[in-house]
Amino acid sequence: MTWEPVIGLEIHVHLKTRTKMFCRCEVEYFVAENSRTCPVCLALPGSLPVPNGKAVEWTIKLGLALGCRIADHAVFHRKNYFYPDNPKAYQISQYDQPLCVEGRLVVPGAEGESEVGIVRAHLEEDAAKNVHMGSAQGRIAGASATLVDFNRAGTPLVEIVTGPDLRSADQARRFLQLLRQTVVELGISDAEMEKGSLRFDVNVSVRPSGSDELRTRTELKNLNSFAFAARAIERETERQIGIYESGGEVEQETLHFDPGSDSAPPLRSKEEAQDYRYFPEPDLVPIEPPAELVDRLRDELPELPGARMQRLAAELDHDLAADLVTSGRDALYERVPGDRRAVANVLMNQFAAAGVHTDAVNPDELGKLIEARSRIPRERLIEALAASGEPNFTAETYLADGLVADTSELEPIVDRILEANPGQVESFRGGKEGLLGFFVGQVMREMQGKADPQVVNELLRAKLSA
Amino acid sequence: MIDTLRLSAEEAYGLVERGEVSTPELHAAYLAAIAERDGELHAYLRTVDDPGGIPIAFKDLVSTRGVETTAGSRILAGYKPVFDATVATRCRDAGMSLLGKTNMDEFAMGSSTENSGFGPTLNPWDPERVPGGSSGGSAAAVAGGLAPWALGSDTGGSVKQPASLCGIVGLRPTYGTVSRYGIVAFASSLDQIGPMTKTVRDNALLYRAIAGRDPCDSTTVELPEPVQIPEAEDLKGLRVGVPKELNEAEGIEPGVKEAVDRTIELCRELGAEVGETSLPRSVEFGLACYYLVAPAEASSNLARYDGVRYGLRVDGADVREMYEKTRDAGFGDEPKRRIMLGAYALSAGYYDAYYGQAQKVRTVIAREHAATFENFDILVSPTSPTVAFKLGEKSENPLAMYLSDVLTIPSNMAGLPGLSIPCGLSDGLPVGFQLIGPQFSENVLFRAGHALERAIGFDVVPGRLQ
Amino acid sequence: MAITRDEVLHVARLARLELTAEEAERFTEQLSAILEAVAKVSELDLSDVEPTAHPLDLVNVWAEDEPRPSLPVDEALANAPDCQDGFFKVPPA
Repeated sequence: MTWEPVIGLEIHVHLKTRTKMFCRCEVEYFVAENSRTCPVCLALPGSLPVPNGKAVEWTIKLGLALGCRIADHAVFHRKNYFYPDNPKAYQISQYDQPLCVEGRLVVPGAEGESEVGIVRAHLEEDAAKNVHMGSAQGRIAGASATLVDFNRAGTPLVEIVTGPDLRSADQARRFLQLLRQTVVELGISDAEMEKGSLRFDVNVSVRPSGSDELRTRTELKNLNSFAFAARAIERETERQIGIYESGGEVEQETLHFDPGSDSAPPLRSKEEAQDYRYFPEPDLVPIEPPAELVDRLRDELPELPGARMQRLAAELDHDLAADLVTSGRDALYERVPGDRRAVANVLMNQFAAAGVHTDAVNPDELGKLIEARSRIPRERLIEALAASGEPNFTAETYLADGLVADTSELEPIVDRILEANPGQVESFRGGKEGLLGFFVGQVMREMQGKADPQVVNELLRAKLSA
Repeated sequence: MIDTLRLSAEEAYGLVERGEVSTPELHAAYLAAIAERDGELHAYLRTVDDPGGIPIAFKDLVSTRGVETTAGSRILAGYKPVFDATVATRCRDAGMSLLGKTNMDEFAMGSSTENSGFGPTLNPWDPERVPGGSSGGSAAAVAGGLAPWALGSDTGGSVKQPASLCGIVGLRPTYGTVSRYGIVAFASSLDQIGPMTKTVRDNALLYRAIAGRDPCDSTTVELPEPVQIPEAEDLKGLRVGVPKELNEAEGIEPGVKEAVDRTIELCRELGAEVGETSLPRSVEFGLACYYLVAPAEASSNLARYDGVRYGLRVDGADVREMYEKTRDAGFGDEPKRRIMLGAYALSAGYYDAYYGQAQKVRTVIAREHAATFENFDILVSPTSPTVAFKLGEKSENPLAMYLSDVLTIPSNMAGLPGLSIPCGLSDGLPVGFQLIGPQFSENVLFRAGHALERAIGFDVVPGRLQ
Repeated sequence: MAITRDEVLHVARLARLELTAEEAERFTEQLSAILEAVAKVSELDLSDVEPTAHPLDLVNVWAEDEPRPSLPVDEALANAPDCQDGFFKVPPA
C-alpha cells in the first residue's frame, strides 16, 4: 500500500501599512512597550473601530494576485474568545463573507506545475504580545505572571487558506516561498518570519495514493522556517503512515512547536473545539468593493513571480527558472545577452557568490564577461564579477588587464620551458598533442597565471611545429 | 435668583448672553440645588467643578476625560477615561460644561435604575417610586431641577421611558445620527445618545449640538438636513397614525390611556389628520426580538471587562480564575443574566434559531413601520404602559420589568427616532406621549412635539417641589 | 425547562462568569422563563427574509492610512490594576 500526504496551509501575513487595522496608531517595531496604543486598540470602554482603507485595498490586490474572485459584499465578524492578548475579548475578523475567495496559485516544480487552490483570503487584526515571566525561555508552562504589550494589537493581517492540495513537504516549502515572494513583490508586506510578519500553520493527513478520501488531520503550529516546516511535515507524515499501517487510528491533535528550538519535540494537545460565537460586527458596515477600484488594482498588478517562472521554464529547466525568480535575479537575467543557460548558470553560481546587487550591474558588460569566462582564469573571473557592480565597469578591463599578451615578454619564457623539457617536446612532435596542456601549464606557472592563455597557446604551437 | 426647577437651557443661554448671569453662578445654583435635594433623590453619582459653560449632566456611560465613568457598575468603579466621548467634546464646543455624572441601571440594562451598582435613584414626583431607566438619573436631575438638561442613552427605550415617568422631554434619535464613540457600549446596533430636557425646543437645541457624522464612529452619517428649532404651534398638514397594537397593548393603565387619547384628540384640534393604522407583528414580536439581539451584542461588548487593563480586578492563581472572579464580583445580576442569555443565543447550534431569527424579525419590523409611513408622517402611542411604579415592585421579576419597554422597543429595532413628551397626569404622576417618525424625521417630531407641548401646557415641575 | 442547569453553567464558562450554587439555581429558573418568552421569534416563518445587521444602508466606511498620535505610555497604563516596566501584568495565562 502506498500513501500520499494531504497538506493544507493557513498563512498569516502582516500588511505593512503605516497604521493599524482599526485605529490610526502607527505600526512600529522595537519601540517602548505600550507606546503605540490608543483607546481603540486598548479596548477602553466606548472605543470603536474604523477600518484602514489601505489594508482593504491591499487585501483585494493580494486576492487578485492569487486569482481570487473579489466578493461583492464582504462583512467583518466578531470572533469571541478570552485571552490576555485579545483586549476586546473578541477579534474583528471575517467569517462566511470574506473579501476574496476561490483563487489558485500555480507552483512550478521538477515534475511540472501543480495548482494549489486558495479557498479564501480575508482581513483581520493581530493580537497583542504576551511575555510569560518566570519560566525557561518564556514558555507558557511554569510561568509566574504574564506581561502584555499592546503595540502589536490591531496590526492588519491577511489570512490565506489553501485547499488540502499539497502533496509533499517539498511542494509545501515551494508554495510558501512563492507566496512569500508574491506578497513581497506586491509591496504589501515584508513577510519575514523572523520579524513575525509571516506566520503559518500546517494541516497534515495521509491517505492511500490515488484515493480522494480525507482522513483525520493534525495541525502543526509555531513552525519558524520553511525548511523546518518541511522536515516537520515529513516526520508527521511518516508518523501517521506508521499508525495506519499498524492498524491504528490517527487522532485529531495540535502539535505546538517551540519557535526557539529546532530540536524540541512539539507539545501535543487535543484542543477543545472553541465556540467563537461569530456574529456580524455591529460597529462596522459591510464592504462592497467598487468595480473601479478592483479594475484599477487588477491593471496595476505586475507580472508575478509564478508567471515569470512559468515563462522562463520554456527556455531553461524548471528548477533553474524557479531559482532565478526566487533569488530575485531573473530581471537581470532577462537583460543580459548571451547563451541563456550560460547566463543563468553564472548568475546562480559565481555571480551569486560575488554578492553584487543586481541593480548595479551593466547587463551588456556582464554578458561580455560571461561569454569570455572560459578564456580567463577562475580567480580573474571572480574578481571581475565582484567588481561588476561598480559604476563604469567594463569587461574588457578584466579580460586583458594584467594578462601579459606581449609576445616579446612571453617568447623567452616559452623558449625556456621548451628547452627544459626536451623529452616532452619530442613526444609532442611525435604525436602526443595532449602535451600542449602540460606546456601551457608550465608557462602559466612561471607567469603566475598572468599570461594571456590564447597568446601562450599560439606561441607554443608555432614553436613546437617549427 | 435662579429658579433651577423652572429654568430651561434656552433661557440659561439667554441669561448668560445678556450678561445677567455668569456660568459660574449658574453652576453654583445647580450645585446648591443638588446639595439640597440630591441626598434624597440620588440622581447624581458625582458632581464636578467645571463652571465655564452652560451646565449639563451626562449619564455615567459617557466617557469624560479625568472624571470617573462607571456605567453604573462596580466593575468600573474608579475608572477614569483618558479621552472624552465625541458627544462630550461637541457639548463643550457648543458652550456647555459638565455639572456631573448621573446614575443609571448597570450597563444601561434596566427600566428603573434599580439595577445600578451604587443604589437606586428616586422619582422627584414621588420618592417612593422609580424614575424609570436606564437613564433614571438624568431624568430625575432634569425633572428635579438639578440640571437644565442632560444626556441619556436609549437602547430599548432608556431615554424615552424615564422621560415619560419623570414628566420631561426625551428624544431617541435616528440610529446613526449621534456618535457612540466614548459611550460605554451595551448593544451596538441599538444604542443611541439622546437629549433629555424640560422643553422640546431645548431638546432640538441639544440634538443640534451633538448630531452629525463622526469619523471615529463608522456607523454614523451626516444629517440630510439641518436641525430646525421648532416655532409652529399647530399641526396643520400633519398625518398622524395611531397603531392599534401600540395603543391597545396589554398592561396599559387606564389613566395612561385616557391621557394619551386626550392628546390624540388634541392633535386633531391642532389641525392634524388622525387615522388608525396597524403594526401587526412589530409589537407582538418586538420584545422577544430585542431580548435576543441586545443581550447577544452585550455578551460580546461586556467581555472586555476582564480586570486586565482597567476596572475591578479580583486576583486568581491564573488569568482564567482572575477573569471569572473579577466578573462574578463586578457584575450585578442583570448584566450576568443578559450576558448568559446572549452567549447562548450566539452559541453553536443555537445561532440560527435565536440570534439569526431575531435579526430577521428586525427586518420585518422595519418593513412594517416603513409601510405605515407611506400613509402617515408620525405614529403616536403611550411611551410607557404605566406611570412610575414603586421601588421593588418589579425588581424581583425580570420578565415583568422587560414589559416596561413593550411600547418603546418596536421602533427602536427599526432604528427609528422617537420623542416622548409629557401629556398629562394620572394619579398625580406624569404620563408620556410617544411620537415615532421615519429615519431622519427629527424636525417633524420636534415640530409636532412643540405644538402639542404649547397646547397641553404641562408643568414640568413636580407638584411636591413647588 | 427551556435551559438546563448544565447549559447555564456551560454559557457561564464561555462568558468567564464563576457562578455560586445559589446563582446557578436562580439564574437557571430566570433564564428558562426568559428563553421561553424570546423563543416566540421562531413562530414566524422567515426563510426568505434577509437579516438586518445594520439599521442604515451604509457600506464602505473607512479611513486613510494616516497616523494619529498614540497615548503616552503613562496614560495607556493609567487605569491598569497591575503593571510592570511598561507592561500590563496579569496572572499566568
